[in-house]
Amino acid sequence: MENIDPNLVVQDLEVRGIDEKSPSGLRILWREIVRDKVALISLILFSLIVLAVYGTALFLDQDEIVRVDLFALYEKPSANFWLGTDYGGRDIFGQLIIGTRNSLSIGFIVTGLAGIIGITLGLVAGYFGGMVDHALMRVVDFFMVLPMTMIVIAFVTAVPKYSIVSFSLIMTAFLWMGKARLIRSRALQEREMEYVQASRTMGTPHFKIMLAQVLPNLSSLIIVTLTLNLAGNIGLESGLSFLGFGFPESTPSLGTLVSYATNPQTLESRWWIWLPASVLILVLMLCINNVGQALKRATDARQRRG
Amino acid sequence: MWKTIVRRIFVMIPQIFFLSLLVFLLAKAMPGDALTGSIDPNIDPAAIEAQRERLGLNNPWFIQYWDWIKNAVTGDLGQSFRFKMPVTQLIGERMMNTVWLSVATLILTYVIAVPLGIISGRYNDTWSDRLITGYTYLGFAAPLFIFALLMLWVFGFQLGWFPTEGSVAPGSAAGTFAYAMSKIYHLLLPSLSMALITTVSTVQYLRSEIIDTKQKDFVLTARAKGASESRIYNRHILRNSLLPIAAFFGYEITGLIGGTVFIENIFSYPGMGQLFISSISIRDFSVVTSLVLLFGIASIVGALLSDMILSAVDPRIRIK
Repeated sequence: MENIDPNLVVQDLEVRGIDEKSPSGLRILWREIVRDKVALISLILFSLIVLAVYGTALFLDQDEIVRVDLFALYEKPSANFWLGTDYGGRDIFGQLIIGTRNSLSIGFIVTGLAGIIGITLGLVAGYFGGMVDHALMRVVDFFMVLPMTMIVIAFVTAVPKYSIVSFSLIMTAFLWMGKARLIRSRALQEREMEYVQASRTMGTPHFKIMLAQVLPNLSSLIIVTLTLNLAGNIGLESGLSFLGFGFPESTPSLGTLVSYATNPQTLESRWWIWLPASVLILVLMLCINNVGQALKRATDARQRRG
Repeated sequence: MWKTIVRRIFVMIPQIFFLSLLVFLLAKAMPGDALTGSIDPNIDPAAIEAQRERLGLNNPWFIQYWDWIKNAVTGDLGQSFRFKMPVTQLIGERMMNTVWLSVATLILTYVIAVPLGIISGRYNDTWSDRLITGYTYLGFAAPLFIFALLMLWVFGFQLGWFPTEGSVAPGSAAGTFAYAMSKIYHLLLPSLSMALITTVSTVQYLRSEIIDTKQKDFVLTARAKGASESRIYNRHILRNSLLPIAAFFGYEITGLIGGTVFIENIFSYPGMGQLFISSISIRDFSVVTSLVLLFGIASIVGALLSDMILSAVDPRIRIK
């Protein structure tokens, strides 16, 4: 019994055409996206937009674009200004590119930061359970029930030195709870599994079990959640900027462009200022959500198409 | 059952306490205090100092907090320096508009969600289901403010079917029939815009609930006994699938509060959400903090309501 070479077994199975290993979580996710045409097109479109926006933005100078030009107020779309200009004579097309880059960047940053906090706390709460879990979940319950938009806006005005860094931190502070709750409930299940029990008996340190053993098993769940969150966070940022409590006007974002539409005249008759940004937000959100939904299906074996 | 409710209320008390603490610290962090705005720059600084002392603004923070809570409980939320009137009165004037907007949105949400959810669950994988699922994908992805803006642009400005601002036509006298009709007319577009987005999660939930329940044994039993299709759906499946939806309406309140801030600003609708944004822009902070406190309490009570209804309709969730 003890002398069976595992390589031989694998070889044997390969000869007989049997894939011995079940596909890894990441491969299942990828397969689902390829099978789902809508999700695949969305992923390609999203990647193209990201590449185009970050690429073009390299050749644009933000200070140049946000400089007021009194000789070109409210220009219509033309060869010079592809999408016209705003009330300060600033080129809309340039703002659109820079703005999309800024919105995407803050979306990635906030999703990443909130993800790290949410996953860490969720893991700790779920893995240890008991009092730690109880205390953390009461905090989560409290934050979940708050009217988030209003509190974030209030914090944005209360912060004395407001900058993009403080804006991302405020958003992060109110966005980690959902992730923490989700990861916690899965970690609670994982800690009852034999592999965790075995590691514990062997004296593996807790943090090592959490990071090296439990966390990889939650990876597909984490990818799905963060993808869907990315869309939500871009929407939230543009919403806050739209109301005037996100990016300052000197830093264009998709939301600041849409916010020009709060002027009824602009909304009614100067569609080229706000409509492209609105459509772009819609397209981005749809793309990310389609990918996210496909990934979500992949994590649930009953709903998988691939 | 009663035990659950009492337990749940005990959870709520610390939540409201921490909310009030958060709002108070927020108020302290915001520049200016109760005197800012009413100070004449020519007044002797010593007199201002005396006034601050009299108002208790030099006390340690926990005493100030206690005073603030005592006043808030008795309905005194301070003065709005913009409107020069008590905050309570100001909010009272705006509150009904937001309540109407929320009620209209809730009604529309369920009026849209229930039929769509039933159609798409009952006839799943038909073309009508695909159409509805497509709509839910779109509605799930679209941010509320973009959607509302597009609705306002298309139906308000381009087609001119609906008014584009306000809550009532100027010049109509309160109490008349025309006044009421004008109010409803002004409500339609904002509440429909919000409802078409908020309804999406309910449609999705109802659809998957019905599809799940369809395959349960008791439905098979009902069919075997010869119950008609409509009886199976109306008496057996919907009874199971609709109750949780009725219960979620408390949670909807939190979503509505975030939504009204956007909707009221886009449609220039004079409610609390618009008051919030305009007050924060001109730094009328006593109004801002009162609104955050009020909306926070509304959300907490909404969650409590949902939990209570849920435990009433579904014995499985009761705390043991």
